[in-house]
Amino acid sequence: MKILITGISGTLARGVAYRLTRRGHQVIGIDRRPWPDVPEGVEMHQVDIRKRPAEDVFRVSRPDALIHMATVTHFTTDTEERYRINLGGTRKLFEYCHEYGVKQAVFVGRHTVYGATPDSPLYHTEDEPPLAGASFKELADLVAADLYAGSALWRWPELNTAVLRLCYFLGPSRGGTLAGFLSKSRVPLVLGFDPLYQLMHEWDAEEAITLAVEKQLRGVFNVAGPPPVPLSTVCEATGRRAVAIPGPLYPTVLGRFGFPYLPDDAIAHVKFPIVIDNKAFVEATGFEPRYSAKQTMEGFRWN
Amino acid sequence: MSFLDDPQVRRNVDRLPIEFDDYGFDRFGLSKSTVARAYSPMAHAYRRYLKVTAFGLENVPAEGRALIIANHSGGIGWDAGMILTSLLLNDDAPRLGQGMAEYFLTRSPFMRPWLRRLGHLTGLPEHGEQLLHDERLVVVFPEGARGAGKLYKDRYKLVHFGTGFMRLALKTSSPIIPCAFIGGEETFPQLYHIKWLAKLVNGPFVPVAPQLIFLPLPVACQVYYGPPMQFEGDGSEPDHVIQQYIEEVRHSMERLISAGLDARPRSFMFERMPDPKKEHRR
Repeated sequence: MKILITGISGTLARGVAYRLTRRGHQVIGIDRRPWPDVPEGVEMHQVDIRKRPAEDVFRVSRPDALIHMATVTHFTTDTEERYRINLGGTRKLFEYCHEYGVKQAVFVGRHTVYGATPDSPLYHTEDEPPLAGASFKELADLVAADLYAGSALWRWPELNTAVLRLCYFLGPSRGGTLAGFLSKSRVPLVLGFDPLYQLMHEWDAEEAITLAVEKQLRGVFNVAGPPPVPLSTVCEATGRRAVAIPGPLYPTVLGRFGFPYLPDDAIAHVKFPIVIDNKAFVEATGFEPRYSAKQTMEGFRWN
Repeated sequence: MSFLDDPQVRRNVDRLPIEFDDYGFDRFGLSKSTVARAYSPMAHAYRRYLKVTAFGLENVPAEGRALIIANHSGGIGWDAGMILTSLLLNDDAPRLGQGMAEYFLTRSPFMRPWLRRLGHLTGLPEHGEQLLHDERLVVVFPEGARGAGKLYKDRYKLVHFGTGFMRLALKTSSPIIPCAFIGGEETFPQLYHIKWLAKLVNGPFVPVAPQLIFLPLPVACQVYYGPPMQFEGDGSEPDHVIQQYIEEVRHSMERLISAGLDARPRSFMFERMPDPKKEHRR
């Protein structure tokens, strides 16, 4: 299969590219960022997904499948730019898919789109609406992109679309949202709260995305590995010191005193859990995580 | 587990039909060590202070899903605690009762993680379903806070039942075990509710009892479990059918309550009610 990966220089995307080439697929990559030591068998185009040359890649190479991973989550990128990349980029790519006869599209989104509120249930299923945009402005563009990708299911029924809502991952690359939160030696918790965190090994996440393409998945799927663990246990098992900070002081300490930076609205994600039900994905693909929560966290200990 | 834990509690927590991960948590965030720690003083209160006797524990299945439907009384939740303790201290088949907590409890700091570690999730229908699908024992007080806040003059009168539990039982085809708690009203006879204080702390009510503190009187209590009731349906039945089923549950609870009230020699009883079965076995 000829597979196009957007945002290929990202940590997870590189792993997916390696996996696919090893299984005999032809991989084409698009990213603004360079990938200096791009492996053999991967054709790399250093272009912007919103610009003309990206469309040329579709026109010339005619890929069979698209894995869309070119979304920004860095909160340092300003809102307008994030909207342009996340929503504008997603829209463009799906239009190209339709225009150039791509058969399978996989959108890799995040489980945080469900939003963290005190009264929401554990184990979100795919039919629940993503509500994060309401309480967390910085996620609104990702929620919109997730819903737009899902709308391709009725917009272009001939295109097999899969929207993956991936839980947090940890791994040797030290990439990802949770790794960023655990990047310093001290991790800020909110006093009196200890939410469940669902995490999987980076390699299991890569395997799940690869499976979604190979099994030609169609629909919206939650992707998770082992059962969740409390955040305090995550800190303990990864060798970080959890510091409980009273809620009203929380925004003030972020980015200071050796704590990582987070936007103000992210406090809800440190107080309340987002736990997803991956039953539908497991049934559709037979996915089985290789690493337990303990192995994943302890493997991250020395990072 | 620490040496402070009660040996019977520790033994029975190890025998619970629940799967725990490497860190002693289940998939809902229930913590084995917290359960042992919290139930140890409860077991003490169960044996010595409230001198609880449990009847009909053979009606509670050793494993698999079930709903325990009980009357609520005594204002400050000791009845719930004693029902849960009676389930865990049942040496024949220890079970962990998991409750559906009030929203105001799971919104407040400290309470939320503590309740979660004990297996009590926010009272959402989704949570009830998830727990039952995971073959857990869910304890429901269909009277809700209205029942817990009954004044002493209305003691042992069941107030209006919610319908959620019956639809949940039908949807998950779980058996319903009616349960009556006797003695709760005497341990904490509520004379008055301070309404303004309740509004201030955002709780449902703040009761006042003659002892003036939030501690129950050492009145002997009894728990009665009735035979399991299985209802036919899938939870989509019209309201009048559901209401009819609920009346059946209500009747069996009323029977358990009146039998329990008749069985005790006087209402303010300070010595344990003997359990004929247990005495015989010894």
